[in-house]
Amino acid sequence: MSDSIIKMKGVTKEFPGVKALKSVDLNIYKGKIMALLGENGAGKSTLMKILTGVYEKTTGEIILNGKPVQIKNTREAQNMGIAIIHQELNLISNLSIGENIFLGREPVNSFGKIEWSKLYKAAKLIMDRLGITEKPETLVGELSIGKQQMVEIAKALSLNAQVIVMDEPTGALTDKETDSLFRVIRELKAEGRSIVYISHRLKEIFQICDDVTILRDGQFIAEYPINDVNEDKIIELMVGRKLSEQYPRINCQLGENLLEVKNLTNAYVKDISFSIRSGEIVGLAGLMGSGRTELARTIYGVYGKDKGEIIVQGKAVDIKSPGQAIRNGISYVSEDRKGNGVVLGLNIKENISLSVLQKLSGIFGIIDKKKEENAALDSIQGMSIKTSGVKQLVKNLSGGNQQKVSLSKSLMTGPKILILDEPTRGVDVGAKKEIYDIINQFKQAGMSIIMISSEIPEILGMSDRIMVMHEGRISGCIEREQADQERIMRLAVGQREVTI
Amino acid sequence: MKKALKEFLIKNKSFVVLVIFCIIVSIVNERFFTVSNILNILRQTSINSVIAVGMTFVILTGGIDLSVGSILAISGAVVAAMVSQGNNAFIAVIAALAIGAALGAFNGLIISKGKIQPFIATLGVMTLVRGYTLVFTDGKPISAGSSEAASAFSNIGAGYFLGIPLPIYIMIIVFGLAYYILKHTRTGRYVYSLGCNEEATIYSGINTDRIKILVYTISGLLAALAGIIITARLSSAQPQAGTGYELDAIAAVVLGGTSLAGGSGGIFGTVIGALIIGVLNNSLNLMDVSSYYQLLLKGLVILVAVLLDRKQKK
Ligand SMILES: Nc1ncnc2c1ncn2[C@@H]1O[C@H](COP(=O)(O)OP(=O)(O)OP(=O)(O)O)[C@@H](O)[C@H]1O
Ligand SMILES: [Mg+2]
Repeated sequence: MSDSIIKMKGVTKEFPGVKALKSVDLNIYKGKIMALLGENGAGKSTLMKILTGVYEKTTGEIILNGKPVQIKNTREAQNMGIAIIHQELNLISNLSIGENIFLGREPVNSFGKIEWSKLYKAAKLIMDRLGITEKPETLVGELSIGKQQMVEIAKALSLNAQVIVMDEPTGALTDKETDSLFRVIRELKAEGRSIVYISHRLKEIFQICDDVTILRDGQFIAEYPINDVNEDKIIELMVGRKLSEQYPRINCQLGENLLEVKNLTNAYVKDISFSIRSGEIVGLAGLMGSGRTELARTIYGVYGKDKGEIIVQGKAVDIKSPGQAIRNGISYVSEDRKGNGVVLGLNIKENISLSVLQKLSGIFGIIDKKKEENAALDSIQGMSIKTSGVKQLVKNLSGGNQQKVSLSKSLMTGPKILILDEPTRGVDVGAKKEIYDIINQFKQAGMSIIMISSEIPEILGMSDRIMVMHEGRISGCIEREQADQERIMRLAVGQREVTI
Repeated sequence: MKKALKEFLIKNKSFVVLVIFCIIVSIVNERFFTVSNILNILRQTSINSVIAVGMTFVILTGGIDLSVGSILAISGAVVAAMVSQGNNAFIAVIAALAIGAALGAFNGLIISKGKIQPFIATLGVMTLVRGYTLVFTDGKPISAGSSEAASAFSNIGAGYFLGIPLPIYIMIIVFGLAYYILKHTRTGRYVYSLGCNEEATIYSGINTDRIKILVYTISGLLAALAGIIITARLSSAQPQAGTGYELDAIAAVVLGGTSLAGGSGGIFGTVIGALIIGVLNNSLNLMDVSSYYQLLLKGLVILVAVLLDRKQKK
């Protein structure tokens, strides 16, 4: 066994009302990649935040190179050579990529003036390594979430750390970006650096990791060399039971056209026409930046349209704001939960009820607290949201559980047409299945569902029909029976179908 | 029970500051803790309190309102002028409130529809309205006169009910209503949500422009109410009335633990914040501290209290 650079022993963390970690052990080996796995809320992020000085541990020990250490803040962790890429983006959107990468560590000359050319040159070097093609002067706010995630990775690399923690780095990445990341990870490993890798995509774990550590409910379950386990075994350890079929697709009777879009055009999308029937799931595939999210947000009234029509249940509607979309039975679950999916500073109950307070309040807009609480409790149960109660701040939920709150908020509006933008991003295997089951439930109840996803297996597994976008246009539409990974990819990169 | 108390004290450090402060002052000066002095403090606090309540709504959404002092002045001038011309006191008051609300709505409109930063927008309106007040009053005080209407009117600021000054009742009603709105109504919830994350609030289907216009309207309305109280108390309106009041109001809100970034805090804190400022002013007067030192000490107390209240991380 190789020697461990870091050992965390018996680490416990208590938040008011929650015991997030109960005596957890973790070994990080020199020049190895350790996978850290567990369900949503298992305590992965919390453990890593303790390692990097974001949280203080309640009890336990951290041993670095054989010596016990106290890590009081992020700066100290960095000085000890430990860096982290957080699950949630922490960039400043009106600063440039280069400024973000070197925030707080800008190179300065002897007068204290920032040496911009030096900064941007250094930024460019790291960006090249990761295959980020943007100019280092580009503002971060102008980048897609995937690109922003790459900038976070660049920031961590710039620290030149010995140990790098990656908390779900690939959630928002394209396949190409993921490949670049993996290449860099392998290079880092070859240089003798250690990595902790957190992901809900088990395929990735087998591609790059050397060992796995599994947590469940804040407890240490097991550590294995990767070659001693397989996917099923890992899932069993994570969930505590065996899981059945991953994609529970159901067939149901298709009804009338619920939504029809005709020639929709604006700055982001061109000439989009399609329709979707009651009881149907349409998968919307495409590469990052192909206009899928923009199409969804145009239908939802966030972006204005220049041309085209949106027809709901046979009636042309004029949707200028999300409020109007909701009143017309359209709901949207955002891919960017921190930015616009949930309100982190409000509690679970307040988030779940936010879109439907009209219905939950009486005269003078006085909120019926009992009704509100019951609605929230129903959602928490229906979605199995892991929380200490309806009054827990959403900020303090694990990433996957925040996603479930975001979904609950949308479903509360009782939509006829539901647009899901990466609905299972950051969600664990067990919860994914739960979310698929819920989607199916609503499908059976006659809803129309548009599901945007970058995971092609998910698109293939759940959709009745698959629409592919490329550069703002629909490049093709495939019935489920004829769909496969290759056809989707071909349309996604803009190759026309060759009809023989 | 004991735990609940402890939690309350940790969450409301400004309350602890207030209590300790009162104890110290009552030991140093026996004239402090008397019924008449307490009533005096409350009456003097009422003006700042009423303005600070409006400011709380605005700050909770992440905004700021610098125009309250000027709105106070113009509504005071209008109400005094109307009463002196023999109008019914009630109608004069309604007119002054309407002007305050309209100016507030104007603030809200340029901020939401015009997409101007609240600081700049209300700075502009502050200067504009102050200028107009000077034009309107010709730079001279306007007396409410001595008609029957005028004496009815002066009751609002100088009258008593059950031995307690009327402005204190007004303050308590304003506090109560605001507390209830923020805590229990849809509007209150939207105010917090908007302050926490505007984009997510819009995505949740809420018309955030409407909420912005509403909070500035409330702020304008309450500034006008404060203007009416002052004018009634003095039976005349001063063209320079309310200068610098926006700062006292902001101080009260921030002392009460409401974050200038928006989204967290509330009315209870503002009550405490306004009282701290009131007690401070009163006790320094009682102890005959010169007005120069008063300012200096006031600044110090505000800084110390805000530092104490800073939430620690973790
Ligand atoms: N600041 C906090 N205050 C209170 N509870 C917290 C806080 N941070 C995390 N928790 C709780 O600790 C538990 C573990 O959360 P953590 O974020 O570590 O989960 P995770 O394993 O990273 O999950 P995911 O895969 O969803 O990201 C959760 O129940 C969460 O609600
Ligand atoms: Mg996490």
